[in-house]
Order: sequence, then structure tokens, then C-alpha cells
Amino acid sequence: MTTETISTKAPPAAVRAKPTRSRLGDRVFDVCVRSLFPVILALGAGAILLLALGRNPVSFYQDIWLGGVSGGGWDAWQDSAIRMAPLLLIAAGLTVIFRANIWNLGYNGQFLLGAALVTGYGPSLTNNVSLPVAMLLLVLMAGAAGAVWTIVPAVLKARYGTNEIITTLMMSFIGVDLANILIKGPFQDPAVTIPQTRVLDLEKMLPNIPGTRIHIGLLVAFGAVLVVHYVLTRTSWGLRLRIMGANPRAARHFGVNLPRLIITSFLVSGFLVGLAAAVDFLGLWGYIRGGQNPAYGDTVIPFVFLARLNALAVIPFIAFFSVLSVGGDLAATNANLSTDFLLVLVGLILLFMTVIEYLGRRRDLGGTYLPPGLKEALRAPLFRRRSP
Amino acid sequence: MILASQVWTEVFWTSVIAGGLLAGVPLMFTALGETISERAGVLNIGLEGMMLLGAYLGFLGAHYTGSVWVGFLTGIAGGMIGSVFMIVLCVWLGLDQIVVGIAITLAGEGITSVLQQAQFGSTYPRLDAAPTVAIPGLHHISVLGSSLFDQPLIVYLAFVFVGLLAWLFRRTNIGLNLRAAGEKPEALDAAGVSVVATRSWAALSTGALAGLGGAYLSIVAAGIFTPFITQGQGFMAIVIAMLGRGRPLWVLLGSFLFGIALSLSDSLQLAGINISTDVVHMLPFAAIIIALILFARRSYLPPALALPYVRGAR
Amino acid sequence: MNAPNDTPIVELLGITKAFPGVLANDRVDLTLRRGEVHCLLGENGAGKSTLIGILSGLNRPDKGTIRIEGVETAISSPRTALDLGIGTVHQHSALIPALTVLENLMLGDNRKLRLDEEGGRRRLAELAELLGVHVDPDTKAVDLALGHQQQVEIIKALWRGSRVLILDEPTSMLTPQGVAELTKVLGRLKEQGQAVVFITHKLHEALSLGDFISILRQGRLAGTIDRRALQTKPAEELRAEIVRIMFGEEARAVEDVAELREERVEAEAPVEVDASAETVLELRNVSASGDGAELGVESISLELKQGEILGVAGVDGNGQRALAEVIAGQRGSSQGEVLLYGGPVTRLPVSARQKLGLRYVTDDRLGEGIVGSLPVGLNMFLKRVGERPYWKHGRIQRAVVDERAGELVREFDVRTPGVGTRAGTLSGGNVQKVLLARELSFEPKVVVFNKPTYGLDVKTTATVRDLIRRLASGGGAALVISTDLDELLEIGDRIAVLSHGRLVGIVANGPGAAEEVGRLMIGSAGAEAAA
Repeated sequence: MTTETISTKAPPAAVRAKPTRSRLGDRVFDVCVRSLFPVILALGAGAILLLALGRNPVSFYQDIWLGGVSGGGWDAWQDSAIRMAPLLLIAAGLTVIFRANIWNLGYNGQFLLGAALVTGYGPSLTNNVSLPVAMLLLVLMAGAAGAVWTIVPAVLKARYGTNEIITTLMMSFIGVDLANILIKGPFQDPAVTIPQTRVLDLEKMLPNIPGTRIHIGLLVAFGAVLVVHYVLTRTSWGLRLRIMGANPRAARHFGVNLPRLIITSFLVSGFLVGLAAAVDFLGLWGYIRGGQNPAYGDTVIPFVFLARLNALAVIPFIAFFSVLSVGGDLAATNANLSTDFLLVLVGLILLFMTVIEYLGRRRDLGGTYLPPGLKEALRAPLFRRRSP
Repeated sequence: MILASQVWTEVFWTSVIAGGLLAGVPLMFTALGETISERAGVLNIGLEGMMLLGAYLGFLGAHYTGSVWVGFLTGIAGGMIGSVFMIVLCVWLGLDQIVVGIAITLAGEGITSVLQQAQFGSTYPRLDAAPTVAIPGLHHISVLGSSLFDQPLIVYLAFVFVGLLAWLFRRTNIGLNLRAAGEKPEALDAAGVSVVATRSWAALSTGALAGLGGAYLSIVAAGIFTPFITQGQGFMAIVIAMLGRGRPLWVLLGSFLFGIALSLSDSLQLAGINISTDVVHMLPFAAIIIALILFARRSYLPPALALPYVRGAR
Repeated sequence: MNAPNDTPIVELLGITKAFPGVLANDRVDLTLRRGEVHCLLGENGAGKSTLIGILSGLNRPDKGTIRIEGVETAISSPRTALDLGIGTVHQHSALIPALTVLENLMLGDNRKLRLDEEGGRRRLAELAELLGVHVDPDTKAVDLALGHQQQVEIIKALWRGSRVLILDEPTSMLTPQGVAELTKVLGRLKEQGQAVVFITHKLHEALSLGDFISILRQGRLAGTIDRRALQTKPAEELRAEIVRIMFGEEARAVEDVAELREERVEAEAPVEVDASAETVLELRNVSASGDGAELGVESISLELKQGEILGVAGVDGNGQRALAEVIAGQRGSSQGEVLLYGGPVTRLPVSARQKLGLRYVTDDRLGEGIVGSLPVGLNMFLKRVGERPYWKHGRIQRAVVDERAGELVREFDVRTPGVGTRAGTLSGGNVQKVLLARELSFEPKVVVFNKPTYGLDVKTTATVRDLIRRLASGGGAALVISTDLDELLEIGDRIAVLSHGRLVGIVANGPGAAEEVGRLMIGSAGAEAAA
């Protein structure tokens, strides 16, 4: 891409609606490079790491494919698809809030509170109310729990500009603890001694998509992603959110009600994260154990960035990661490695992503790849220059 | 029901203070590190990963040499490895500090867990208890004696370090440079001091201190390394540093209070009181949230925090 | 003239510096001598800032040589510049607000670990005496008045023993009184044998202060006026010569503007505000707080009549932004009322006021005026987000937006490849045109302009002033806030003076208005001057 430097002496150019169309191919290529390269580089670096640990990277990655897609006579992909449901919803929630340039890092607390409520009230609700109504109530309850858990950070940021990284993290810790208190206390299954909730009957869980083992939570997730994409790209609310994210002072100048927008975007984000807990625990688990914390959000973040905060683009990345994490279990077991190896891969993807973004940005600006800071640092690494 | 007779005992208070110190020192090292970074305008979200690197490498050092001091040094090196990413990507290249921080935390969590498992399988070797140094004359005092004045040498050094840092911030050119780098980096640059170098040193110190905090956690506090041993303490340290607003003494106080909260359920159990660890664990966070709600208006962060500095850019 | 013992302190030879897309300096030569004030004159964007950036070590030249005391030297960093004795006072304050004066001054002196506070106080006293100023070392920089801030910055530039002092547009923030004080300080520095580089875009300053004038135009050294010429030629002749050098072929346009001004002053002086005209905007006792170090406004009352251009003069930072924003609805008022056509709008948000025809052209064009990552076309509608016919049921109607934006682009002559181009890639003048297109379309009635021509080239400046006049003559009204008094004298019917957040007086434009406004600005005129 070239920069468009407009000289005031240029004759008035014809006004076209979409001057970038001719370069659409370039842009698609560019986006692919920026999004796929980090993944490829991270897998490469992961392979080197595996070699260093004395494992065979080829068989490791083959096992991931087997465990996440083709295993069991082309049945394993359904496990990956089931995993996608909560991940997509969390990704949608994070896309909304990151678009506003706000860091909701409290997803773990929001998620677990939703999960605790769903599994805690699930057995009694499904027994007393008709199943569709009970499901709807439970799903809304989880969403509301997630949303409520963002209120304190949202209001503090909206009113006093308090750094939301801190407040969401702290609310997350509190939320995780509170969820465990609930699981070990009022929601404890009296029939067992280990801390866990009562198990939902199989027929009282979310129904499957006909012909598959995949629960309809996946459809809910896809629906949510589409709605989020539409809202962010086509509506006035989405535009205000983008303006606020790009430049909060401009948003104030344009008359955007910043406090209200901050709070609503937080609520939407928390609601979607709570929804993720509902579909995961109503569709897959059916109960929750004390101390259980899938921490999906931590690993979703990189892919939300790789998708460049585009809700639709999130889908293929989440699909990729679902395969990686479902297949990774098998691969890690076969290689006698901790499954936390996946965290390393995700961390590497993030690091490579920032570097590639950086290189791309330099190229757009038409400058050299080396910024003055780095050049200076390379010339005199870390040491103060002595005066001549 | 909590009975006064259960808590009003010497044993209980000794265990509270000792426990608070044991759990508070790693927080303190790490939060002091973050304080240095924040003063210089670098927001380090990757502390958790750096602590874990320090905890793991520190444990290895102590495990293979049998010396806690070698362990502390390898732990410092571990934290510094993490901070090198921060320095190159954020300080030199000006990339997003939060994204890189998250990446360091994820990779740190993953790599230490993988290496631990690769090396020791599912066994968790234990280290000998770190030797303590009793301060003559003082360690006989009731409650405070055995809790405060009979500690590993590193704890005393930690207190000395707090004073040193306070002096460094207030009375030296280094302190002034750090503040300028966080408040208005272009002014520091115009004064002929390299912002990149100042911030790089600050970020490196942060890594070193987070690594030391992690090493203390595995070597002294736990005597063992397990994956995810830090359990969010890196994030707690960020909170403590922000609340301490750049003042080492406040960081000391905050770390100690958090340390007590982290260890209080053990002390209570010792006194025969069973309160869920979840409740106790939640308390300091709840207290801070309440404090933030009440005093939100007064929180202060350097204006240039988390903003990369590129000379000539406006 | 070139005695052998008179080696210039600094010589720049053939300095060339390019930024992506711009040749900022093109083979520029410059010679600095002891005890001489060297004025660097040029429009915004002529390359002055780049040139002093090179001198102070912030930029490195692509080509050309720098000689210091006749020796070829590279100035590779700000530190090198300081060590060579080149001190710079930048246009934007380089002081750190949270630090004290003393801490600001001692910053960067890393010879010892410990802060040498005693030595610092001594050095400050010494330099304050040299300059004939008084500075309190323990005041925080944020609490200093602008003039004092500048004195501290000059002291800072001299702190480590400078031979060359660079002042970048030092008068832009000062009251006439502050300018007089600065002139005195400059005199003292000359006596000390300092070489001073004085950057300005104001012709009369260059003529009154300079011993030598270099004029930059589009990155080139367009001409020089030496000491002898300055001493012998009559001022009018020099002025004409400089204008010709500064603007070249465009000089005609400037003369047109100048003629226009005279015509106008003749036609309307002394201005009688038509008492029968409708009052379109009224502020009754309005107060609002400022942000951080910036002043707010206190008890402002004013009336704007239909067809009127009311100028607001004052030194920057005296509450201008708060005044503009409280009228636009961007900032809450703590007391008082804003009335539009007699109806209160105090409680209405920006969008509602916008719909009523109350518009605001902000001075912070890039910071808040546009969203650089969004297309030019969309930027023109960012104050009508959600409104029909551009949005229906909350959904954007892209075809309508693009079509209307295309019309506006043509109407306001915005030079852009298309309405889909990212607004951030436009030049400053075109960004201002986008802002004007947004605010002056769809029946504008009362428009607040904040520094409408700041940093624009001559042609765009003339266009903008013309638009303001057309607005007023077409039945609207304009409140023009500007720090450029000449601009207000050119277009204003009345000129209000803002000082320390208060309206200290309103002067009808005409002969003697400039002097009266100046007196009000420094606070020596009676408040009864208010109409």
C-alpha cells in the first residue's frame, strides 16, 4: 500500500465512492499475510521448541490434526466444533469491547459466575419449568451475570477514568472466588463429597444439531457473531463505538455520550461472555467442579487481534484454535508433554503478530523498518552515550 | 463463630505476621519492579510470566546447586529473559505494551509448565527450608520476634531495598530521569538523555525484580515449583504498584496487607477456625475495589504510561 | 565584514532533509554569529521547524554540512547539541508539568548520581540575574504563568553554558507585555555574545528584533536581508521586499487580502452594532472549568447579533477552549445560561445544538476534528450519526452519505482522491476544509470558529476568512476566537478580550481598536470599555 500524500497543488481529483477497489486484491493479500504469517511462524518456532525437547514435531502436529479433525473416522472435528461455541461467544464479546479500545480482561470471572449460576440453578429449573423456558431463563441469567460483573469497572471508567485493566482483573479474581464459594456452598451436590454441582440430565441439556453430536449452542454462537458484525459495521451504535475507540476526544467533540457508551459496551461484552458460559455448561458439561476454570478468554485474545477486531474474521481463527486445543490434548498426551504447550504456541502467535503488524506499519509509512529508537539502541545497546 | 480466645493468642498473631511476610515479599519485589517501570512510562502486564520464569529458573538453580543465592540469581536471570521481549518489542519498536504483556504471560505460563513436566514428569522435588537469620536481641520479642526478626536474609535485604529505591527516586538523577520518561519523554529527550535507554533499564529492572519475586516464591515460600505457582500474583503486583502511586513505602505496606490476606486462611486454620480460602482470597480484591470506588478520583498514573516514544513523532 | 577573528559560531551549508512525501529542507544555508539575533522567517510548513530540529539534534540532515567554529561537526542527538552549546526553546513547552522549576532545570545532568540541589539553586540565581528575571525554584512548572514558563525554558537552554540560543516562535503565547520583557532579555543575551536564532512568521517582529533575516519558503532559503540593509533601508521598502520573498507569485493574493482589509476598515469604521438586529446567541453569566492546567471561563456574558462577526482576542490558554466548548455543548457549564434565538440550550447535547444550527469549528483539527482512520466522506457526517436520511433505523445508508459527501467535497474544494480516502492522509488545509464542510452545511446559523486559520497557507486562510464573512452577510453570525489579533481586526465587527477566563471588555472594530484591545489584554484598561 502506498501512502496518500495530498499536495494542495494537485488538481481536484474525481470523486469516487470506493477508490480502493482496484487494490482490493492487494488488501486481501495483505490481510492474509498479516493474519496467517504469525500463526505459521509460531508453529515453526513451536516445532523448534519440540525438537529441543526431544519430541518429533511432525508427529505432534499430525496428532493435532488427528485429534481435532480427522480422528475416529472423521468424527473428531465435531469435538472441535463443540469447543468453538463458547470461544466464538467470548471472541464476539471481546471484539465489541476492544473496538471501543477498552480492555475487558475480566472475562474469567464473568464466565465462571455465569457457569456457576447455570449449573447451580439448572437442575431445579429444568425440573420445574418447561425445558425451552428453563433454557432461555438460564441463558439469560448467565448473560446477565456476566454483564453485571462489568458494571463496577464500567462505571469507574465512565465516571472517573479509572484504568479498566486493573478493575476488570480484580473483579475477575473476585468473580472466580465467588463462583467457587457458590459451587462449594449452596450449589454443592449433596450426594457427593467432592466440590461440584449436581449433574444435569442428558435430556435436559441443549439439544444437538440433527445428525451431529454438536449442540445448538454453536448456532447461537454463530448468530451472535453475525449480529455483532452487523452492529459494528452497519449501525450508528457501532460507528460511535469505533469513533470512541479511535479517538475518545473526537467522540466527545461529535457529541457522543461517552459514559453511556462505555457502560453499554461493557455490558454487551460481559453479556456475551456470560452467554459463552451458558452454552458451554448447558451444552457440553452439565455440571461444574470447584476450581474448574477453562480460562478460554486468555487464549481467545490473540485470535481476536489476528482477526483485526473483525467479528466475521474471528470465525476461521477460532476454528483453527479449537482444532489446536482439542487435537492438542491428544498430541500432548502422545508426546508425553504438558498440554500447556499450547499456551506457548498462543503466546508466540501474539508476539509474532505484533512484530508483523510493526513491519507492515513501517512499510505503509514508506520508511525504513528500523525506527530511530532501535537504530539508536543498536548503536549503543542500553548504555548511555558518553559525550564526545 | 470466631472466639476471641482463638485469635487472641501469640501463636495466631505470629503466624499472621510471618505468613504475611512470607506471602508479601514476592509481591513486594514484583510490585517494586512494576513501580520502576510505571514511573518510566512502561506498563508491564507480563509480570505474571516473568515471575513464573523466575520461579522456575530460580527453583532449578537452587535445586541443582543447593544454594538459595544461586537460585535467586538464576531467578533474576529468568525474569530478565522475559523483560527482554518487553524491551525489544515495546521500548525499542514501540509495539503495544498490553498485547506484548499478555503474550509474555501466556508464553511464560506455558513454557514453565512444559519444561517442568519435561524435566521432572509428575514429581515435584522439594527444596530444603531456606536458612533464617535471627537478629540478636530482637528475635526474642513476643509475636514480632519470631515473625519479623527470624527470617531468611533476603527478607531483610528486601526492606533495605525499599529504602534504597525511595532514595533513588527522590534524591538522584536516575529517579528524575525515570519520572521524566513517564511524565513527558520528549522533555527528557530534549534534555539529552536517551528515553529508550532509560526505559530499557527500567524494564530490565522490572524483569529482574519480578524474577526475584518468583524465585522467592518457589525457593523460600513454597520450597517447590508447580506450574502456575504464582496464581495471579503478577497481576496483584500491578494493582499494588498502581495503588502505591510510585512510592516504595506504600508498595511495602500494600504488599504486606495482600500477603496477610493470602495467608490468613492458613493462620485461621491454625487457630482452629475454618473459613473458606475462597472468601479470604477474595477479601483484598474486594477491599481494593471498594477503595477504588471511594477514592477513584485520586488515582494517578504517569501521562505517558503505555505510550511508545518515537523521536520527532507528534 | 568577514574579519578573520569573526568566525561564525555555526554555519549550515546545503542542508537537505526529506520526510516521506515532503522535501522539508532543500539546500539551505545559514550562518550564526556572536551577539547577533538571526531571524528565521517563513510561513508554517516552510521548513523552519525542520531546520532548527537539525540544529538541536532532533533530526539528522540527509545532505549538507554543519560547521561549528569552522570545524565540521555532526549533531547526532539532542545531547550532542547541548554539549556543543546549542540550547533550544521549543514552541511547545518542554517543561514537565509535574516537576518543580529546579527539577526541570536539573533534568539531564547525569554527571553525578546524587541530585546537586545546592549547585542547581546557585546556577538558577546566577542565570536569573543575568536575564534580569525572578524565578521561584520550588514552584511546579504547571503553576507557572506562560511568560514565566518561557523564562524558565530560556534558563534551561542556557543551563549548561550555551553559545547559541534557538527560540521557536517565542512570542506566539505572550502578551504584548511579555513580548517587551522578552525583547529586554534578548538584549542582555546579545551583550553576553550569545548568538540567537529567532523563529517567527510575523514580519514586524523580524524587522524590529533581527540583526539578520533569513526567509524560508517551501523548504528553500528564498532570500536574506543583512544587517546593513536592516539599518539603512526604510521599513516600508523592507516590508515589501520580505513579502515578495515570502510569498513569491502568491504575493498578489496577499495584497488582495490586505486591500480588502483596508476597504473593510474604511467602510465600517467606526462600527455601529445594529441594535435592531436580532440577538442570535447570548451567554448569561456562564462559567465552566478547564482541563488540567488550562483555564476555564468565569461569568461570561455576551450577545451576538445576526449578521455579526464577533472576535474573541486573548493570549492562548486564557479560557478560549472552554468558551468554545461550553457554547458547542461539549463541556458542561457550572453556572449561567446559553441562549440560541432567545431559547435556552444550556442542557442540550452537541447533536441537538448542531441541528438547531449552532456549529463549532474546533482548533484541534487532528486531535478531535476528524477521525483519521475513517473515510473523508463519513467524517463529514460524524456529527449527525443516527440521523435521517443518512441513517435509517440505526443502519447507515452508505449511498446517501457518499453522494452528499461528494457534493460537499466539490462545494468546499477539498483536495482528496475520493470520499473513501482515509481522512488522516489529508493535508492540514484540507482537513480544515472537511471541518468547514461539516459545520457550514445544512443551514448553519451561529458558528463558533476556534483559531480558524492557524497553521494554514495564505490561500486557504483567505478562503476561510471569506467563508466566515459570507456566513455573516448571509444572515448567520460568527464568533471567531483567535490569538492572531490581525485576523480579528481584519474580519471582526467587535472584538471581545478574554483574559484569565474572564471577558474583560468588548471593543468596536475601527481606528484605535488594536491599541485598545492590547491594553485590555495586559489588563491596564478599565472594565467600563465593555459595551
